[in-house]
Amino acid sequence: MTIACGLLPVLQPDEHDAEYELSDYEGARARWCPGCGDHSVLTAVQRLLTAEQLTPEQTVFVSGIGCSSRFPHYLKTYGFHGIHGRALPVATGVKLSRPDLTVFVVMGDGDCTSIGAAHWIHALRYNINMTVLLLDNGIYALTKKQTSPTTPQGFPSNTQPNGSRLPSLNPLTVSLGVTNASFVAQTAEWAPAHLYATLREAYHHRGLSFVRILQRCPVYSAAVYQAAVQDPARIALLTHDDGVVVPDLEKIYKTQVAHDPHDLDAARRIAESTDHIHLGVLFRDPSRPRYEDLLRVAPRTADERITLMEAELDRYAV
Amino acid sequence: MTATTSATIVPTKPRVRRLPEHTLEIVSDSGEGAQKCGQIFGAVCAKMGNGVWTVEIIPAEIQPPPRIPEGASGFRIRIGERPVTNWGDSTNLVVAFNEQVLLARHRLEALAPDAVLLVEDKWASDEDADIRAAWEAGMAELSGQHYRIIPVPMEVECLTLVDNPRKGKNMFALGMLACIYTSDMARIKEQIAETFRKKSEQVYEQNVALLMLGYAWAEAHIDFRIEVPPAPVTEPLIVMNGNEALGLGAVAAGMELCAMYPITPATSVSHYLSEVFERFGGVVHQAEDEIAAVGVAIGASYAGKVALTVTSGPGLALKTEFLGLAVMTEMPLVLIDVQRGGPSTGLPTKVEQSDLLAAMYASPGDSPHVVLAPATIEECFHVMITARRIAEAFRTVVMVLSDANLATGVTPFPRPKLDARWQAAPLDLPPVAAGQHAYDWNEETGLSPRIIPGQPGGAYTVTGLSHDNRSKVAYSSGVHQHSSAMRSRKLAVLQNMLTPPPVYGDDQGDLLLVGWGSTKGAIEEAVDRAKREGMRVSSVHLRFLSPLEPGLKAIFAKFKKVCTVEINYSDELGDPFITEENRRRGQLSWLLRATTLVDVDCWTRVPGEPLRPGSIVDAIRERMPRGGAA
Repeated sequence: MTIACGLLPVLQPDEHDAEYELSDYEGARARWCPGCGDHSVLTAVQRLLTAEQLTPEQTVFVSGIGCSSRFPHYLKTYGFHGIHGRALPVATGVKLSRPDLTVFVVMGDGDCTSIGAAHWIHALRYNINMTVLLLDNGIYALTKKQTSPTTPQGFPSNTQPNGSRLPSLNPLTVSLGVTNASFVAQTAEWAPAHLYATLREAYHHRGLSFVRILQRCPVYSAAVYQAAVQDPARIALLTHDDGVVVPDLEKIYKTQVAHDPHDLDAARRIAESTDHIHLGVLFRDPSRPRYEDLLRVAPRTADERITLMEAELDRYAV
Repeated sequence: MTATTSATIVPTKPRVRRLPEHTLEIVSDSGEGAQKCGQIFGAVCAKMGNGVWTVEIIPAEIQPPPRIPEGASGFRIRIGERPVTNWGDSTNLVVAFNEQVLLARHRLEALAPDAVLLVEDKWASDEDADIRAAWEAGMAELSGQHYRIIPVPMEVECLTLVDNPRKGKNMFALGMLACIYTSDMARIKEQIAETFRKKSEQVYEQNVALLMLGYAWAEAHIDFRIEVPPAPVTEPLIVMNGNEALGLGAVAAGMELCAMYPITPATSVSHYLSEVFERFGGVVHQAEDEIAAVGVAIGASYAGKVALTVTSGPGLALKTEFLGLAVMTEMPLVLIDVQRGGPSTGLPTKVEQSDLLAAMYASPGDSPHVVLAPATIEECFHVMITARRIAEAFRTVVMVLSDANLATGVTPFPRPKLDARWQAAPLDLPPVAAGQHAYDWNEETGLSPRIIPGQPGGAYTVTGLSHDNRSKVAYSSGVHQHSSAMRSRKLAVLQNMLTPPPVYGDDQGDLLLVGWGSTKGAIEEAVDRAKREGMRVSSVHLRFLSPLEPGLKAIFAKFKKVCTVEINYSDELGDPFITEENRRRGQLSWLLRATTLVDVDCWTRVPGEPLRPGSIVDAIRERMPRGGAA
């Protein structure tokens, strides 16, 4: 039994005799639009939970606001559907006080890269052990088609009808630029095998794993990833034994780039490059310090606290 | 009497004045140690059994240029034969390290008309002609008053012992004060040892030598002594400031996580917690911003803890969306707002009570939650225990409104008798009963048991969207009406558990003052003085602002007039354009009028300093109904 932050003993999950099945993780019926990439991500996550046999009650999904932030409602785990852009602080609080819980964070591109950008940068630096998914459809969809930071330049929206004025923000270069970031990967919802394998790598990483999931919005930004979906040649798979290994995927995606995910400089070059959309683990370094480990303090019982407080009051005694 | 020189003072047989109370201050440029000197002297007075209230005099900048009035840094100490509840009216004796900081105090009308001013006189013969001229002008300005000015050659004296008098004058000043106030020298030396315990023996000895030098100088040159008789200490006391008391209260309440972002004057709560919290198994998390700080606290509360976040006005503004989320999801949360002058950056280091309405209505939409205000430094400690228990029992946000006066004021109070039951119960994660939902509201009270992640069988998602008792997003009409009623009902239930506030003084009369927060001591002192003048005045002090304490209407009914006293802005009748209809009132008065339909008047000021009892007496006099005074 270990203790983190002195807040709570790590609780052992109850013995669960039968194996959890995928249906054990199913919450309310998903209300996303037909064809929405969120469905694929939900399926991959449910597969992961089943494969890893995560106790539903020991698992927490935290989200912000946006289409993808409805995610926790569609799972049968604990969930916190909070406010726009602020999923990461909530998740930080959960994990700091309850290191025994497994925490996932689900954010959209508006959530993560715009209104919550400060939290994104600092969460990468805290490197708390949790899995962070950026469901990036390059548009604000719940509010009906406004430009987001990841909207491609020139792509029209209701707020910039003549096309997004600025070059889009690159979540990979930003993440890889943050001190103490320890896991950065990119995958796509239309490559389910790769998506699942990437989520599995992210889940097993100790530290904050950041996964950008390219995701189609069939209603408002269908065109954004259309070319990549239709032409696998635009995709390049990052291959390495320490990366995402998916058998047979090379039959579809013939462009492969050997990349050692421990090589940060190479990861940054790949993140910058525009010749292909790179899928795989760009960077991982499990040796980077985790904030919760740095905060670790000895727990105290109520009686111990009283004794210590009496000593503290003595310091102020008249 | 005007300026006099030290040479004219007769050292033999000083005149001893026995007084019920006296107020002194030490002022200097920033970094000359006036505050340290004041802290030691204040602590010793408290230990001798005097009532003590100390206030820091803080410039806005860390190191302002020397010798400017705005740079005045120091410490004010009011000592009494009985407990002292506030900083009083004005200062009776000042030790000033230059005439500019003294002028600052004079211009703020901080000094009593007959105050004794002990001022470093080296500036009179400074080699810089501008400084000599500034000294002349300054002394001329002060000489027009009735002050008694005593020039002191502090630097000349200190140079006989140290190379850098800038680092020694404060101990010299302490020695003078020890002589004038006939302090117990053994206790002073003890306190010096305690203060400099982390430094070398040599530092201690040099400080004691400077202390004795100042003592000897005063003994030879000051012709009066002041004795404020101490009262025997009958119960164990502790002495600290309000922010330390809040921090210690958080520990006593069993809190284990404080998420914060630096902001004046709240930050020293987290300084204190950062120093001690880990020993108690707690953590201070300095978040990336104010919003993240409250978010982390909410996440920790969701996960089963009652966490704390600490801020001041501008931070409260940033946290409001999250506060609405905590209300909507019924997350226990304790938020401390150590108020300062506003709006905007306002007066970062100065006291004000302007956040009451912002705290009450902290979030868009209807967000009922609890607002408490400790009235004394002692209450800063105990309020944290109350706050945590209410937050947890009522699954709600509890805001604690302190202010800069409590934050930096220091006074002795009875040592708390610690109780293990004050602390949060250890986390228990039993299986959720079949059929139990996320919000099983009791239809009568709105209360519902809290389900915590890890509890088997309870997996549910909380949401800031309007939701039903199962935490399912509300798609049908009626759900929002019902859930709003459930969240609101909790406040009525809490109010039902409270007792009406006690009236200070007679329970009927001509005028009732109503206050909240740090003004209690000053208001009650003013009531005492006004009663001695024959006025029929009483006061009531509120700790619960939301819900308001019960029985107010009945209390108000027994007085001809009711008037709040607050440190926030209100329009004055008689000012251009101001009418009864458009007058913007003190924030508590607004609340009281709305809830009681009584024509509650207000007397409010925003001077950037605590209210003076004398000013409140003047306000009482103005507001007495005609023929009210005996």
